[in-house]
Amino acid sequence: MTTAAAPVARMRVTGGGLASDIRAARVVWRRELLRFFRNRLRLVASLAQPVLFLFVLGTGLASLIPSSSGVNFRTFMFPGILAMTVLFTALFSAISIVWDREFGFLREMLVAPVRRGAIVVGKSAGGASTAVIQGAVMLVFAGVVGVPYSPRLLLVLLGEMALLAFALTAFGVLLASRMTQIESFQAVMQFLVMPMFFLSGAMFPAAGLPAWLAVLTRLDPLAYAVDPMRRAIFANVSAPAQLSQRLNPGMTWFSWHLPIALELGLVAVGAVGALLLAIWQFSKTE
Amino acid sequence: MLQPARQAVETEARPTELPPGRVVVAVSNLVRRFGEVTAVNGVSFEVREREIFGFVGPNGAGKSTTINTLCTLLRPTSGSASVAGIDVVADPRAVRSQIGLVFQDTTLDDYLTAEENLRFHAELYAVPVETVDERIDAVLDMVNLSERRSHLVGTFSGGMKRRLEIARGLIHSPRVLFLDEPTVGLDPQTRARIWEYILELRRTEATTIFLTTHSMEEAERCDRIAIIDNGALVAIDTPDALKATIGKDRIEIHVDDPPTAIAELAERFGIAARISEGAVAFHVAAGEEFVPKLFSEIDVPIHSIRVSRPTLDDVFMAYTGRTIRDAEASTAERLRVHRQQFHGRTR
Repeated sequence: MTTAAAPVARMRVTGGGLASDIRAARVVWRRELLRFFRNRLRLVASLAQPVLFLFVLGTGLASLIPSSSGVNFRTFMFPGILAMTVLFTALFSAISIVWDREFGFLREMLVAPVRRGAIVVGKSAGGASTAVIQGAVMLVFAGVVGVPYSPRLLLVLLGEMALLAFALTAFGVLLASRMTQIESFQAVMQFLVMPMFFLSGAMFPAAGLPAWLAVLTRLDPLAYAVDPMRRAIFANVSAPAQLSQRLNPGMTWFSWHLPIALELGLVAVGAVGALLLAIWQFSKTE
Repeated sequence: MLQPARQAVETEARPTELPPGRVVVAVSNLVRRFGEVTAVNGVSFEVREREIFGFVGPNGAGKSTTINTLCTLLRPTSGSASVAGIDVVADPRAVRSQIGLVFQDTTLDDYLTAEENLRFHAELYAVPVETVDERIDAVLDMVNLSERRSHLVGTFSGGMKRRLEIARGLIHSPRVLFLDEPTVGLDPQTRARIWEYILELRRTEATTIFLTTHSMEEAERCDRIAIIDNGALVAIDTPDALKATIGKDRIEIHVDDPPTAIAELAERFGIAARISEGAVAFHVAAGEEFVPKLFSEIDVPIHSIRVSRPTLDDVFMAYTGRTIRDAEASTAERLRVHRQQFHGRTR
């Protein structure tokens, strides 16, 4: 064959390397946002559940617990509800990978001359962004449940939600990397979402629990995001020390109180770990 | 079903001449196995710049496997393949930046507009930022979708989606555009339009087009075709040359006095003609060139004349011993049996 001897025609210089990977990640991220804002129904519908929990369940339960100076059970629940909003949106957005696979669009991305990692990062960043936006919308209700609109507090909460959102989306993308059917993804979600939510300390303080339950709450990654948010909120409200102690016991390992930085560090490690695993999974597929 | 006997057409695939230009696709002894099944078995060929190259064969013959290997979606079991001088195994990413792909199934995002789909692709393929808008305008214009640029793709018909995909495949000015069964499932009118675009883009974009088809009618429109059957290349050449290798053109003339015409044909040209359905029929190698000679040399008045050429269906028949429809049926059967063996169920 003349293959080797044949002259090679002009080679188009591709942007190459990191620059084109960043560009690819950015456009994948932008697509997620574009689709998110275009789907208003999803935007509203995914807020319905957190609002229901906060105001219906929260108000009902609040009557069981003594309250003072505007701090009540709903104040306690608020960080948990923020985490719930992020959890639902982030994992839901990971479903889009399974959709993309089913409708062929994933192929369009996978055959592009970019690293698979760029696609995964873009996808995770997109899902995380939508989750933070939903969480930010929930922050509007802060005043109603006795949380002050302090700019500093809101920024801290936003930052913590962003970290959580990225970790959860990366985890969702990892789950979606091998799934070919929407149904199986939804089944796994059902299996994971509610236990993660219940064990996170969103609905009840993770203190004074029976040993088996205490262990389970310590294993729930979501707990390490809910606690820092709750501590930030209680640092900004004036509640009697006893009530504050009951509602905001903090996270402990064998009665050692974890510092906030360590908790957030654990979430960050989880995020990076899930992301790397997801990249690895996607790089394997042809 | 009985397997039709393979006809002994031991013709080496000998191309008359390669078109001028540089080699953009080179495949050498390509083999790809899936477990026990050998989908592609030692295929070699070359495609030159600006060619419309048709990869023709029944479903399951190995077309998609070959195209997927060239697009770096599958690794060859053995042998080699290169696109634009880049080996598909050594540097798949570089190959991908040089090719455009239109798959059999659509890979568009229904929830984005036509323009957004194109922009997504342009960003993903690192089209220089300053030329993105220009390229989007150009390709939309080429497939006549400029007016629909802001419409959601979900509202498009099948034909429009296919056109948009072709446009998208061209945004980054690929060296080779791979079209896997580009007109399958489209109505004849849309099919004709797609072909207009294909011919047009070769002129304007200087792109080599590599397409697969199982339609012989479509294969006729390619510059060169390679016929693949059971994973092996059976013939490669221009459609005309292929038809010329297998047989002669058939000529039918209507005359007042058939016996005299037959006698004159035998005397002047040494042709054995016979009467068929009221006409004098005979075979010659190049029918169109023979017609003027016929008129100048023969004395019997001719009322009408018909020259018919062998079709590519005849070519396929001659090379494989069966029609393409039979081939598809037996391939489907083979795959069904294979699936049953491996999964214990039918589909």
